[in-house]
Amino acid sequence: MNHPKELKYTREHEWVRDNGDGTATVGITDFAQSELGDIVFVEIDKLGEAVEKDESFGTVEAVKTVSELFMPVTGEIISWNESLEEEPELINNDPYDKGWMIRIKIKDASQLKLLLSVDDYYQIIS
Amino acid sequence: MLKRTPLFEIHRSFKAKLVDFSGYEMPVQYSGIKEEHLAVRNQAGIFDVSHMGEILIRGDRALELVQELSVNDASALKPGKAQYSVMCREHGGIVDDLLVYCLSDVEFMLVVNASNIEKDVTWIQEVNRGRAEISNISDEIALIALQGPKAVNILQKLTNEHLDAIPPFEFRSMKISNYDNILVSYTGYTGEPGFELYCNIRYVNVGDLWEHIILAGDEFGLKPCGLGARDTLRLESGLVLYGIDITEETTPLEAGLGWLIKWDKENFIGKAALKVLKNSGIKRKLCCLLMMDPNRIPRSGYSIVDKKGQTLGEVTSGGLSVINERGIAMGYLPVSVGKAGEVVYLRIRNKDYPAEIVRPPFHKRKK
Repeated sequence: MNHPKELKYTREHEWVRDNGDGTATVGITDFAQSELGDIVFVEIDKLGEAVEKDESFGTVEAVKTVSELFMPVTGEIISWNESLEEEPELINNDPYDKGWMIRIKIKDASQLKLLLSVDDYYQIIS
Repeated sequence: MLKRTPLFEIHRSFKAKLVDFSGYEMPVQYSGIKEEHLAVRNQAGIFDVSHMGEILIRGDRALELVQELSVNDASALKPGKAQYSVMCREHGGIVDDLLVYCLSDVEFMLVVNASNIEKDVTWIQEVNRGRAEISNISDEIALIALQGPKAVNILQKLTNEHLDAIPPFEFRSMKISNYDNILVSYTGYTGEPGFELYCNIRYVNVGDLWEHIILAGDEFGLKPCGLGARDTLRLESGLVLYGIDITEETTPLEAGLGWLIKWDKENFIGKAALKVLKNSGIKRKLCCLLMMDPNRIPRSGYSIVDKKGQTLGEVTSGGLSVINERGIAMGYLPVSVGKAGEVVYLRIRNKDYPAEIVRPPFHKRKK
């Protein structure tokens, strides 16, 4: 299973990429997509809104189960990956690149420091 | 410690995702539920269902006992024939659903759900009162299900017997590959044609047999499948699951299994209560629901409500119809509402989405 070193992670299995311009990109990890299995639908229900850290920003439906998505840091959801509408399987096939979910405008950059490193994340999933 | 089937090492070596299912460490998926589901619908899939329970009932009074336990009529069976049925308690609640195999005039095999093996054995012994010999052979029997339109072509490569001569719900003992005395039954739980192979693990190297079938199936697109696909296939075919859609608190009449009950039979457990319920009329029935919005997937436990938001019932089984790419569900609804064509609503994360009540199955097999 692949979990890039340069990303940050949450206990709820989201990954976070700091874009260095006050924004971050968020998706779910390879572990998460593998646990969920075939993903068939993604719903981002807070587009354009400011959402607090740890609050739900949407749901991901797989054939077998449904899972909520949680904000890794507080911020405004400025865009979402519209290709997921037609091809939700991008999350299964390419969770860190084509399968990204949302971009957020970070409210408080210090929250990024609270996220998990890849090594910490491995501790959780192993 | 979870139990393992004789195919466990194969599942592990092929990187299947393993889960605890009724105390067994079973593969939930191999390549992915969608891919496996479609393989079974279009080509073929092979499943390890060795967790299922097998109970032998033997002796001169074996038929008498089976007739008491089962709502269906086992006297209609001849050696080589099987039938689907349910066992009920006196109050009409379902103990389990099962297949009754007639091995001979004095020997029957009951195939029951893994989660119910202990309960069923206890129940059968209680009803038996020493009349027949009862043995739980679940740990000696491995069960491979080969399902899909190409199942017959694949299995035919491994036997000289004419598989086309076996009608649905019949079985024969035959040599498959290198192994004698495999009970090959035209049954399944996917809505597709196919076979279930009962193998005695003392005589059959089940892993070896599995690999021979995989090799034989390669040219037909056979895929190993897990219990995840088995569940989506059975739901799409409108087949009920014990513990979810049917329980001790539901009767066969409410579950749409009234056709199994043979009222002319002299006696079977639950007959009196079921007769009363039939005459007074059931209050609720198990309905099949098809979501109108393609992106909403009902899950077990979701509320089913009317237009005004009043609760009507809840989803028992829910999921995605992989073939139709639509959410589908089963659930008990009041009979006044539960008619094909009626619209009800599924409450999903505090919003209500319309679903149509449809007649099962959600998917009809290609002829």
